[in-house]
Parts: sequence; structure tokens; C-alpha cells
Amino acid sequence: MEKEQLGLVLAELFPTLEINTSGDSVRFKADTADIHKIAAVLRDDKRLQFDYLFNLYGVDREDRFSMIYGLESTILGHIVVIETDIADHDNPIIDTVSDLWKTAQYQEREVYDLMGVKFTNHPDLRRLFLEDGWGFPLRKDYKDDINFIER
Amino acid sequence: MQEVELSDILTAREDGDYIVNIGPQHPSTHGVMRFVVSLKGEMLEYVIPHCGYIHRGIEKMCERMTYPQIIHLTDRMDYLSAHMNNEAVSLLVEKATGVEVPERVKYIRTILSELQRIASHQLWWAAFGMDMGGLTCFFYGLRDREHILDIFEESFGSRLLHSYVCPGGLMGDIHPNFQKRTKEFIKYFRKKLPEYDQLLTGNVIFEQRTKGMGIMSKADAISFGATGPVGRGSNFACDIRKKFPYSAYDKVDFKEILYTEGDSWARYKVRVDEMWESMKIIEQLIDNIPEGDYSAKMKPVIKLPEGEYSQRVETAKGDLGVFVVSKGEKYPYRMHFRTPNFNNLFVISQLCAGNKIADLIAISGSLDLVIPDIDR
Repeated sequence: MEKEQLGLVLAELFPTLEINTSGDSVRFKADTADIHKIAAVLRDDKRLQFDYLFNLYGVDREDRFSMIYGLESTILGHIVVIETDIADHDNPIIDTVSDLWKTAQYQEREVYDLMGVKFTNHPDLRRLFLEDGWGFPLRKDYKDDINFIER
Repeated sequence: MQEVELSDILTAREDGDYIVNIGPQHPSTHGVMRFVVSLKGEMLEYVIPHCGYIHRGIEKMCERMTYPQIIHLTDRMDYLSAHMNNEAVSLLVEKATGVEVPERVKYIRTILSELQRIASHQLWWAAFGMDMGGLTCFFYGLRDREHILDIFEESFGSRLLHSYVCPGGLMGDIHPNFQKRTKEFIKYFRKKLPEYDQLLTGNVIFEQRTKGMGIMSKADAISFGATGPVGRGSNFACDIRKKFPYSAYDKVDFKEILYTEGDSWARYKVRVDEMWESMKIIEQLIDNIPEGDYSAKMKPVIKLPEGEYSQRVETAKGDLGVFVVSKGEKYPYRMHFRTPNFNNLFVISQLCAGNKIADLIAISGSLDLVIPDIDR
């Protein structure tokens, strides 16, 4: 589906959201609380069919965390990027989407491991690469006195 | 996948239940990967991968490096697809700064990517045969791979980690012998590739150990995000070269290899067929490399304008995505790599359930895992 057309369908489904079709791919910003609901609609709606979560990552923006989801429909060939801000920087929590796309289970574990974002209803939220008790290295305030050289 | 508690898996419950640890130094895991396997007699129930033995924090290191420096880190993720990894970051930087690279660069990049793909598949074929006890395969595969590495060495001085593709173009021009030797290699390998079929493809033992083993449905492949030959063995058309052509892929004619069976055999066939397709692509380009510069003019300090950028390329293993959040500085604010092996790894528990423990090696071999790409 073309970008503009996809933007119209999304605007119809989520009238409160601002859909941006000017960039490389269609993007929109969603509320953290709605993310699972929106994701389920995106996957199951017949006109959208986003069945492939090609990417999921977090960004530490110092005052808040952002989670970015990249979705692609292997049937209809279109892409959408969803961004959501987690306002609570001390204790970031967001709903999992691992029940919708199995790949999310492991990508979310990676985000939890390296960034410390917790996912509610995640079936197996353990550290993936690092040991328990290690800090969250991808946070901007992460300090490692031994291995870091400050310039 | 069935939802189970980890503690349930890790305790033997009745007679005949075993928990066996495989790795991290086991040769068949092709690197430092550890599997904890729950067995019922000889049959596999669950396979739990434990990653992180070669985690270097590449994403964190990127936050303190300039873009030309980052190139050298990407080599070290999937070292068998070094060119494609370099290319992914280079394409992203070029897209973000609006630099148009010369046609010559596009052609050379595409040829190098395809040579690298053949080399990667050759090594996989060699190791896959050896995993199942066919030591001859290893010699055959490495013998032919050596020819490609020699071409690489002559043109840019390194055999494995090249860092040859850089933002703006290439580090230097190709060696005058490059075209001649590449054509010689294609001629040579067209004769040698049928030998691969004679040795493995028709082998009864090999067929019995791969056909019907580790079946993955198309829906699972998409849901797990299993891309590359792993996904295409399950009829998931995930080739980025076809979907979002980059470099010179829009100028060449090639087939996207798809198999419907979804078993180890299909994944094997996809890779063998892809070697033929890669040779076809190289042949279409090698005589037509346009004259011109080997690099576009780049600023001495590359700064990406504020914003978010993404670029996806098809490596030998699948869909590699590079994602950058920039604040307009010479360092990325956040860099994320969506690596194909990471997503391909986690299908393993599902593929192995109900098979014998000896098949774990065959099935994980068919996934062609490169561990540094998983751990980053």
C-alpha cells in the first residue's frame, strides 16, 4: 500500500493520533498505555496486516525513554514505525507485545537487559547478555569505572 | 511456543529426564554459544540458548565513535558478511547526509557483497557437512573459499575483516587484477559447485538427517522474524535486495530462492541455489563497472543532521537493520543493530522439540549462526 493511503487508513482507525507520512516511512507517536491495543489492531486489521516486527529498540533520552517499533506487512508490503515515550525515567514500564510477535519476546529481553525497561506480561523477562546485578549499559547515566575512559 | 517456567525446565522431574549443558566451548555451536537442553531419554523437549559470552557492547561503543570508526566495529558482528555490514552503515550515512555515491562504487559494492555471500555460504556448507560427520566437505568448502579471500586480499589487504566499504564509497580503488581474477573464480566455481551436490545433496545419510527435520512454518518464520535463507526455506519472501533494492541490485536480474518445505533440507537448498544466483549477479556486473571515482567527496568530519535514520540490507544471514538516532553531532546519540542471527537463533527450541539430541547439531547447523552477530 502507498504511504499516503496507509496514512489515511491509520488516521481512520486511530483518529486521535497524528500520522506523519512525510519521511521515509509512515510514523506515528502513541501513548505508552495504548501500545498493546494499537499493536493488536495493526496486526489483525485486514487492511494493514502487519505480521512482521522487524525491529524494536529503546532510546534513553535522559528525561524519558522511547520505545521504537518497526512493523512490516509481508502480505501488503508496507511499513510503519511507532514511537512511544515512557515518561517515568526512574522506573520505565511498558506492556509487552511478545504475545503478538514471537520475535518481540527476545528483542524485549535485550531491551530489558541493556536499557532496563521492564515489560509487563512478558513470559520470561531475564537478562539476556549480562549477569544479574549488572547495571544497564545503554542508559546515558551508566558508569563503569574500570572499563570506561572519559575523554 | 509453549509457555513454561524456567525452573520447571531446569529440574529433572521423572526418571529419564535429563538436563544437559552444551557449550559454550562445544565446536558444533560454531562459537561461544551455550545451550541448556532438557531431554526425555534421547528426545529433546526444550532448548534454551544462553547468549552473552562474546558480548562486547558494540551499540554502546558506537555512541562514542565517529561514523568512519563505527565501520570497523560492524565487521566484527557477522564477520562472514563483513562487506554487507560495512555497507549498511555506509548507506545509512550517505542517505542521512544526502551524498550520492558514484556508479562505480555501487557496482563494486554489489560485486563484493555477492562474493562475500558466496564465501559465507561456502564456509557454512563446509561446516554443515562436518557437523554431520562429512569431513571432506570442510576441505572442499575452504578450498574454494580461499580463492575469494585471495581476491579480497589482493584488492584491499585483508581476508576476513575488510572495512573496505566506508561512508562515501570505498577506502581505495580495486586492484587492476580484480576483474580478471573474479571472472576466473566464477569460471572455476561453476565447475566446482556441482561437486558440492555430488558430495552432499544426493547423499542418503545427509538426506535422512535433514529432510523433515526442524520444520518451521511460514507463519512461525514471520512471527520469529527469521530472515535470510532460514526464512526463505519456509517460503517467507524476505529478501531486502528484492524488496528495497540498494546499490546496484535494481540493475541486475536474479531470482529470490524460495522453498516451501521449511526443514533443514530446504534451508540447505536455498543456500546452495543462492550461490548460483550470486554468481549470476557478479557476471552481469563484472564487465560493466563504470569508470570514475572510487569515493564521493565527504566532509572530513561527518555529522548526521538531527533525526532518526534507518537502513536495511541483506547479509548472507538475512535482514540486517541499522538504526541511528542523531542529535546533529559527529557521534550517534543511539545506534541499534537489528541483526539477522539474533532473530534466527531463537527459533531453535521450536525446531528441535521432539527430535533427537544428535539432531540439535544438524538443526543449529542449518540455521548458520554466527555468534558475535547475536551477542554484539
